[in-house]
Parts: sequence; structure tokens; C-alpha cells
Amino acid sequence: MTVTPLGIPRRLLEFTLDGEPVRAPEGSTILDACRAAGKDVPTLCEGDTLTPKNACRVCVVEVEGSRTLVPACSRKAEAGMEVRTGTERARHSRKVVLELLASSVDLSTTPRVAEWLKEYGAKPDRFGPDAARLNEEPRVDNGLYVRDYGKCILCYKCVDACGDQWQNTFAISVAGRGFGARVAVEHDAPLTDSACVYCGNCIEVCPTGALSFKSEFDMRGAGTWDESRQTRTTTVCAYCGVGCNLTLHVQDNEIVKVTSPHDNPVTHGNLCIKGRFGYQHVQNRD
Amino acid sequence: MDLRFGDSEPTDEERAAVDALLGPPASSWEGAGRSDADLRWARGGRAARDRRDLLLPGLHALNDRVGWISDGGLDYLCRRLTVPPSEAYGVATFYAMFSVRPRPATVLHVCTDLACAAAGAPKLCEAVEARLGPESGVRVERSPCLGLCERAPAALVVRAGEDAARAVTDGGTPRATAVSALATPGAVVRAALTPENAPEEPPAALAVPQAPDPGLLLLGRVGAVDPADLDDYRAHGGYTALRRAFALGPAGVIREVTDSGLLGRGGAAFPTGRKWQATASQPDRPHHLVCNADESEPGTFKDRVLMEGDPYALVEAMTIAAYATGARHGHLYLRGEYPRALVRMEHAIAQARARGLLGDDILGQGFSFDIEIRRGAGAYICGEETALFNSIEGFRGEPRSKPPFPVEKGLFGKPTAANNVETLVNVLPVLTLGAQAYAAIGTGASAGPKLFCVSGSVERPGVYELPFGATLGELLELAGVRDSLRAVLLGGAAGGFVRPDELDIPLTFEGARAAGTTLGSGVVMAFDDTVPLPRLLLRIAEFFRDESCGQCVPCRVGTVRQEEALHRIAERTGADAAADIALLREVGRAMRDASICGLGQTAWNAVESAIDRLGAYE
Repeated sequence: MTVTPLGIPRRLLEFTLDGEPVRAPEGSTILDACRAAGKDVPTLCEGDTLTPKNACRVCVVEVEGSRTLVPACSRKAEAGMEVRTGTERARHSRKVVLELLASSVDLSTTPRVAEWLKEYGAKPDRFGPDAARLNEEPRVDNGLYVRDYGKCILCYKCVDACGDQWQNTFAISVAGRGFGARVAVEHDAPLTDSACVYCGNCIEVCPTGALSFKSEFDMRGAGTWDESRQTRTTTVCAYCGVGCNLTLHVQDNEIVKVTSPHDNPVTHGNLCIKGRFGYQHVQNRD
Repeated sequence: MDLRFGDSEPTDEERAAVDALLGPPASSWEGAGRSDADLRWARGGRAARDRRDLLLPGLHALNDRVGWISDGGLDYLCRRLTVPPSEAYGVATFYAMFSVRPRPATVLHVCTDLACAAAGAPKLCEAVEARLGPESGVRVERSPCLGLCERAPAALVVRAGEDAARAVTDGGTPRATAVSALATPGAVVRAALTPENAPEEPPAALAVPQAPDPGLLLLGRVGAVDPADLDDYRAHGGYTALRRAFALGPAGVIREVTDSGLLGRGGAAFPTGRKWQATASQPDRPHHLVCNADESEPGTFKDRVLMEGDPYALVEAMTIAAYATGARHGHLYLRGEYPRALVRMEHAIAQARARGLLGDDILGQGFSFDIEIRRGAGAYICGEETALFNSIEGFRGEPRSKPPFPVEKGLFGKPTAANNVETLVNVLPVLTLGAQAYAAIGTGASAGPKLFCVSGSVERPGVYELPFGATLGELLELAGVRDSLRAVLLGGAAGGFVRPDELDIPLTFEGARAAGTTLGSGVVMAFDDTVPLPRLLLRIAEFFRDESCGQCVPCRVGTVRQEEALHRIAERTGADAAADIALLREVGRAMRDASICGLGQTAWNAVESAIDRLGAYE
């Protein structure tokens, strides 16, 4: 039997969203209210299993009385607030943020970003051919996953997932400052010299594909990666008694990637090295 | 937390440096040799992790002793403090004064910022670099503003070694640092090669052209008292304000400060009384007091002059603030590039402690308070209060998002009153004169005296104290402005330019706002036509690109794009520059609207004002 925790009943706050009165449970964010009202606010650094760092600033909205725009993902709704999501001012900031990102980072594997660039009329190439880019080579230093920091938007999600929000391994941190800031292990060493336990929970939360399974990275390199030909099957990990859910991504009868449902009440999308990467025995046909 | 350390071992020197700060390690869990007893005993949990705030002092200890932070040294420090090495590496690489690559023990910071650039810093830098090659054992680094603008061009020598570590911990003369200001290539090279023989810096009072003037409320003691002598301070009216505070009680002090109309002098002009009231009324304990002395806004040096010239005033003012807000611990976050202010404040705090003016039961009133100094390590962003909290706590100095505000969740997540040095020192005349008399000074909306840091193209650069309400022209007249004035920068790199025909702007918060500019931290930098404006604007853009913490996209990438555009139009005007100016405006607007903190929000101000008010690139 599945027990669904109901929690303590929460007071409903009334406020205005784009001129319409809305009610949201106390403690929810503006973004929660937007989603409940069916409004599509773009997000990158927000994750359903993490406390948002509100670093990407692509979800900014206008709040009456606030000098600056506010990040919808982390600002809590307050009674009487007047929120506007689609004003020229908010859309301008989103457009520029998308342009700044797309002109400096490889967003080719970031879901939905092409759609947003179009929607907001962003033109990343207007900063000219000499605009500085991250220009990082993919780091392939182990057999399980690849860190391609040319695709990193520095959303801090991997750092938070590796650190105190989930794994408590603290293998990675942001190092350096400003445009030179990068996610790195200590002394910028290879992953194999770090505290990494290869749980892959950083890959689970990465919004841009900067962190990916070695299998996915190789297939993309060979041009054989094709999500339309993949099936996803959620099953139970067979290794230990915790019973984590695994979602096996299968292409051409081969497991190419393993994720975990974020709404699983035990694991919240987190796995260990065995569940995440130890699937080879399933495919051993000898 | 399951920490993993590499195989790198610390050198004996690095071990000694860290142990001098933290004491010898208690067990192998902290890096001592392994014994049988360690197999039966472990130290962990909160007790082990609670010393994270010693990470920044630990990094300073390593850097002071060997000049850089090696793998082995960093790992040893992490073992001692139960800090993950990746996080400590992230912290060490955040600060400009630290290096995780080997470098010579002596580092020469030559200021190339606005005032120094106008005073010939580029030439000075070239000449010094030519004479201090790799064989000299000196690393020459171009530095952001060193806060010595009244003696531009300026340079700071920092030499690592046992002396340096001792100078900092004992509060003696900082033999391993030397300041060379009004610098000539010869003097800078001599100071870099033998900092111990460098001539003593001139007294702080030389930075106060009005001194000695006992009528000044904030600067009156600078030059008149011996900054090392507590009795001299008391003979000049010291500690009367604290006695008055004890007579009024905490609520009375807050009422007095609120009634005085005192506004924060760090740049944001928030009412100090309201901040103290909000902190004092928080039920959560303990309360913290933080004094923000990370004065890094280019062109600002008033807090340095106050701390060097009248250090006990800040100790007394912090004691009053702590009494009012219910804090027992005060942190003084002092800029890493201010060696003399550090020595003076360390000495003053030690003296006050020895005389019962800090510590338990101050003046027999049953109130306990002590001050701890934390040294910054070269990061402008740490002047932002929440970044400063993160820096003290041993994390990267990245601003937090607000709300919650510091009065609710500040340092260590507890209610915190964070005030600028000048703001705190203003509390002394508020209490000695009384709120009404203080509020009568200045204008209705901007009460009291204000310090202005005047530099650039004037005869008598320095810190000036004027009541709010004097005009920009009167201030520049006092400082001896030269005829060829082309522009005045108000508020520093985050401020704005005004034209020479706008000198009737009243120097008040409301007057500056009405004129579409800002007082900021009180910077008034005069420029004549010898320095091309585009070069100054490029320097401002470079500064923000360097100092952006990198957390949010608008600031991290926006400052880079701004600098690129200013490079492209450095030699262009009119229609040739129009497209890039439009680009600058669009990016600037998004930075102002969508950045997390004040750095990104104000990074475009000065350039925008130069385009709009001065007609740059026309």
C-alpha cells in the first residue's frame, strides 16, 4: 500500500498574477503559482529536487514595489503581491540573459532553449565573432561520465546535489571567479583523484548536458544518439533492499542511460554507482 | 560528510603556519601522526565542522608564510578544519590575493585604477616591470584601487615569510608589507626588494587637509591624538559616548540614533536606527554585529583614514552598536590591502581589552562584548554585506539572495546588524551631542556630517568632512580644483560622472538623487583632459569584469560583453559607435534589473552617465 503523506494543511495566500487573482499555499514560490496557473516561465537553474540558487536569472518577473526584477523560482509568494510575468521589462531581461548564455556557452543539448531563444527574439550572435566563450574541452577522465564544461551555465545544481543538498560527498565546487569560474574538484585534478563516488546524481540534475553518461557522449560523437528511438522503462534496482526506482533508457536493445524518477519519495531521483552505472550484466548475452 | 584527501603532504613550514593559527592537531583525524588511540576515538559532526569560519584565516596563514597555497598546505588545513578540499579550493581561488600556483614570496601590487591611472600608473607599471624581471624574486601584479588615492600613484608590497606571519599575529609593525605612494619607479623597486627598509608611511593626518581642526565631528581626532594611545583618546573625549549609551540603555540608544536621522554611509543610505531596531527585536539568538571595513570602491579611502588615525573611535562605536542591538560578538571585516589599518585596529582592540573596555563586564555595566578582526583577501564583492557574511563563514564570497535580510538571517544565519565604518563613527557625535543637535547638522533628509574622498585633479586631495548640503563646487574649491576640469566621478566605479557645469549639485542623498546621480560612498574624483575618457570607461568595465563573483548570468557574462563593446568603440565616435552603445544600453538594463546584488546592478551606471551626461563617443 502506498501511503501519501498529506502534511499540515497550509493557509492559502491571495495575490495577483498578471492581473488575475490567484491563491497559492503559504510557502510556495511565485514559480509554483505560475505553473499552477498554467503560465510557462522559462527556468534553467531551478530543479524540482533542489533549493534553487537563482543564479541563471532567466525566470525573472516583475513584482510591484520591487526596485529590481525578482527570480520567480525562489521568491516566496506573499499575500497582496502584484506579479507580472510578461512585461516588456521582464521579457527584455530574459532575452538578454538568453543571449548572454547562448553567446558564451554551447547550449546545443539544453532542452527547450531553442524554443525560448525564438520566443524572446534573442540574437546571440550580435555580440560579434570575437565574443568570449568558455571554450572548454570535454573532460573524459573516467569510464562512466564526461564533464563538458563548454556546455556549463554554472547553475550550481551539480554542486548542490554533490554537496549538502543530497549526496554529502562534496567532490566538486565552483572555483575561480567571474567569467573564469568553473565547476572543479580540488586542485582542478581529474575526477579519479577526487572524492567523487560516481553516484551520477550530478548528471541527473544537469540542465544542459554538460554532464553526461560516457555512453551518451560517445553516441552523440558518433551521431548515433537518437532519443526518438529510445524507450524508457521504470523498474526497481536489483542490487540492495532500498528498492530505488530506475528508469532505463534503451536504444536498439541496449541500455544507454539510467535515470531515476524525481517523484520517488525515497530517492528523489538519486541513485548510487551500482544503480546508475552497474547495468552491464543485464546486457551480458554470453 | 566523508572527506577524502589526496597524497600531498604539507611542508614543515606550511604545517607550522597552520598550527600557529589553530594550535597543534589533537589526533590523526586532524592531521597528526596516527596512534592506537585514534582507532578507538573519532571527532566528527558539528563540533568538527563548526570551525569552518577559520578557513579564511587559515588560507591567510599559509599565504603569509609561503606566498602561495600548495596542494599539501590546503589539504592539511582542510583536515584540521574538516572542510572538503574541493570547497576550500573554491574559496582559495575566489580571492585575488591568494594564488594556488607557485609564485615568488614578494608580490608587488601596483594600482592601475582610476586615480592612479590619471596620475601616471601605466608608465610607473611599465618602468617597474622592466626593472623587476623574473630574476628579481618579485611578482608584479596590476591591482584594483588600493585606497591610497590621495597619494596616487600607489603600490603595495606584500612579502611572505616568517616575519609576515608574526607581524600579522602579534600586531607589531607590519615589516613584511610596505606602502609606496606618490610612487616613483625607484622608490617602488627599492620597497619591493627590501620592504623592511622602506620608509615609514606618512601619518594618517596627511590625508586630512582640514586637520588639525577640533571642530570636525568625525575627523577631529585624526592627527590630534596618538592613534596608539588609549589615554590620549580618552583625554580627547573618547568613551563619553559609551557612558551616555549605558545611561540611556539599549532602547534609548536606538531611539537616539533613529531620531538623529543617521543614514548608512556605505552607499545604500539605509536608516541606521531602523536597522538596529530590526536586529534588536529579533527573538533568535545570538545577535551579531559586523563592521564592514572592506572598503574597495575605487576612489574610497575614508574608512582607512579613520581606522589609521582614530582607531579607538571605531572600537567604541562598535561597542555601542553591540550594546544597542544585543550582540556579544563583533566582527570587523577589514580589507586585505590595508596593512596599517590592520595593525592599528589590532593594537586598539588589544588595548581596549586589556583595560576592560572590551570583554566581560565593560565599565562594570554587566555588558560583555568582544571584537574579532577578519582580513579580506582581495575581493570587491565582499563589501556586499551578504557576500561578506559568506566570506567570514569560510565560504566563497558570493552574495545571498534577499529576502531574508541580514537583520533576520545574517552572519551564521542569525540576526545581524552590518554597518560601515563611517556610519558607526557617526554614532559617537549622535550620542555626545544628542539626537536633536546632530539632526540640526546638514539637511532635513540627510543629517549630520559626511566624509568625502577627493582625489584626482585637485591641489589638496584627501578626506574632507563637510555637513551635508554643501555643494560639489564648494567641496572642490576647498580641495583646490584645477582649471582644466573635464568631469567629476561621484560615488566611485558604481557611481556616475557629472559635468564641470553641474558643480551646484548639493552633496546630499536627496540632492544627488534629484540630479540623477549618487553620492555612493562619498567618492569625488576630478578628472582633467589629460586622460582620455574612453580609457577611464574601459578601466571601469575591466574592474567590474574582474570583480564579478560569477554567480549570476547578467553580471558574469554581461560585464564581459560590456568590456568587449567598450574596447570596440575606444577609438570611435558618432555613428560608428552607435550600434555598440545601443548594445551597451540593452545589456546594461538587464544587468541593472536582473543581477542578484548591487555589483551587477550598478556596474553600468558610470559608463551610462559618461555617455548621457558627458557625451562620450559623440
